[in-house]
Amino acid sequence: MKKLLSHLDWLESEAIHIMREVAGQCSNPVLLFSGGKDSLCLLRIAEKAFRPGRFPFPMMHIDTGHNYPEVINFRDKKVRDLGERLIVASLEDSMKNGSIVLKSNDEPRNKYQSITLLEAIEEHGFDCCIGGARRDEEKARAKERIMSFRDEFGQWDPKNQRPELWDLYNAKVHKGENIRAFPISNWTEMDVWQYIEREKLELPDIYFAHQREIVRRDNSIVPITNVTPLKENEVVEKIMVRFRTVGDITCTAPVESDADTVEKIILETASTSISERGATRLDDQVSEASMEQRKKEGYF
Amino acid sequence: MKKVTNNTVLRFMTCGSVDDGKSTVIGRLLFDTKTILTDTLSQIEKTSKKKGMTEVDLSLITDGLQAEREQGITIDVAYRYFSTGKRKYIIADAPGHEQYTRNMVTAASTAQLAIILIDARKGILTQTKRHTYLAKLLGIKHVIVAVNKMDLINYDENQYNSICEDYKEFEKNISPLSSPININFLPISALKGDMIVDRGNSMEWYHGATLLQLLEDLDTSEDIKESSLRFPIQYVCRPRESVNKELHDFRAFMGRIESGLLKVNDKVKVLPSGRESVIKEIRIGEQQIEEAIPEQSITVSLADEIDISRGDMLVHQSDSVGAIKNFTGMVCWFAEEPLAPNRTYLIMHTTQASKAKITSINYKINIQTLDSEEVSKLQTNDIANISFKLAQPLVVDNYIENRGTGAFIIVDESTFHTVGAGMIELLD
Repeated sequence: MKKLLSHLDWLESEAIHIMREVAGQCSNPVLLFSGGKDSLCLLRIAEKAFRPGRFPFPMMHIDTGHNYPEVINFRDKKVRDLGERLIVASLEDSMKNGSIVLKSNDEPRNKYQSITLLEAIEEHGFDCCIGGARRDEEKARAKERIMSFRDEFGQWDPKNQRPELWDLYNAKVHKGENIRAFPISNWTEMDVWQYIEREKLELPDIYFAHQREIVRRDNSIVPITNVTPLKENEVVEKIMVRFRTVGDITCTAPVESDADTVEKIILETASTSISERGATRLDDQVSEASMEQRKKEGYF
Repeated sequence: MKKVTNNTVLRFMTCGSVDDGKSTVIGRLLFDTKTILTDTLSQIEKTSKKKGMTEVDLSLITDGLQAEREQGITIDVAYRYFSTGKRKYIIADAPGHEQYTRNMVTAASTAQLAIILIDARKGILTQTKRHTYLAKLLGIKHVIVAVNKMDLINYDENQYNSICEDYKEFEKNISPLSSPININFLPISALKGDMIVDRGNSMEWYHGATLLQLLEDLDTSEDIKESSLRFPIQYVCRPRESVNKELHDFRAFMGRIESGLLKVNDKVKVLPSGRESVIKEIRIGEQQIEEAIPEQSITVSLADEIDISRGDMLVHQSDSVGAIKNFTGMVCWFAEEPLAPNRTYLIMHTTQASKAKITSINYKINIQTLDSEEVSKLQTNDIANISFKLAQPLVVDNYIENRGTGAFIIVDESTFHTVGAGMIELLD
């Protein structure tokens, strides 16, 4: 008899296997959940991996305080529906206790997420964080392990990674060190959308085309919000946009789009000419190596 | 607009050095299948110009970390993706140099196919033999030998044919001989784009498939031997929820099928305990299924309440396989620290782990000549035949017959680093 799994079945099965390895090997893991599409795939995979039991880990959101309200509402509803536990670790708290000092108030906060994340890891004693990062996102991520070792300062050392062979994962750490586990490492943006379609996953509204007030700034579309206000001499436009990634408001830009269903987004993704982060992540464009740099500092 | 269809996955690796144009081949595959998007391309164009090049250097597509760019070399495996609508491809791009044997071994461990690159001007080199040996050692069953840089030998058919003949001749003698592999040959010019995705106009004499066509048409399905079920238990689900009485006593066993077929009503036993039961139900999430095939992650419940925990192995009752405490395997050593024959290491195998002692280092492979040599010490990138004694019995198979249950990694008990990986060779 000969049989092969379809690519989505194969990817799903691999991701379930990775999540169960985390549960089997680690004593105190946590799943990072932002309300974004990749972490929503992780939640469906966790359901398939552990139901009818409960998740063997809580979820945690690293909250920059600069969120689209739709995403936070969605996050809270999702947690209620699942009946699981959510921890919110907030950058505002790190700012209050003095571990984060902003250079200016309107500075993008993404890079400071690492500090709050590391503080939360220490406070709760987590030995593994499950994240929704994918290798196709960015070239530093292309060399990332599925189970990636971080030292007690949360640092990633690209030159000294544990070799990872077959489906044998080594998640062993000493106290204070931790593993970042990436079950959807081998997924592309397209795979994620196809999975969302197949599993009929609900998403925050901002992923779908909607009217929004924006300005065009340095080749990017910047939405007008209270943390990204209009500057002098800029002209507000109201256009149809959707977000391809969801994160801190100050560094996530939408794209012009009429795609208001998952099916249309899949067709648009198949014919797009700009990469996911290239289009929408204002923070990655600073330098060629900025993701690599942030990962070395403890970013996930 | 193309409708995106339901396809299968093919994982392959590329073997070769920078000089063979490995990065250009990958770059060309990604570029010609339109995987490279405008913003990435414009970044590459910028860098090419900075380097004073007139054409876009496609090898920059696979350019990696800052540290690697500074040194102008690849030091680690990178994973890349493209999709054609028929298949989703995962490329493991590993540096080919001798001192990176461990990276090649890592990349090969998950690959179903290896593309071995040969520079048409140079023909078969020592590294070609090394790459072929490693691909076979790691159980890769399909090889594509791509003779690159045909443009630099004026697309000469005779020279191409003689390289192919040379390759066939030496491949016959490369062990492990027990694993017959399927070999395809083709001439390419990655730089000009000939025979990668498009045929080009320069090799009318070649009537075979292009590289992409070979990848698209390759049959990777294997016969599933129903009787060789291996289902390592990864996780035990016991909800014990007080609100839901039905769930209070519920127990299910979770894991991924490594080999064989598992069906509802199958008579199974648990190893090493030997306790027997019958499969009551198989699920993927909410969905009940009648049978599960290799690589499927499933949840299983049994007709009887028997004690099973992570690390146990479910097999069919008729299977004579048992757990053993001694085995021999080919080991690739990864760590900078040499193997210490008197130390105890941790062996991780399927979902089980066991302390292990080295009983003997039998021989080492000279990676240049592929001859066996006497050895007293094992260093980074060495490959050797080693016998182990285990603290816990493991259910193992010959690697060449069963990758999932024949593979293991070696972990340093004090640093927790992965210091080696091995492939089990069982003697009859």
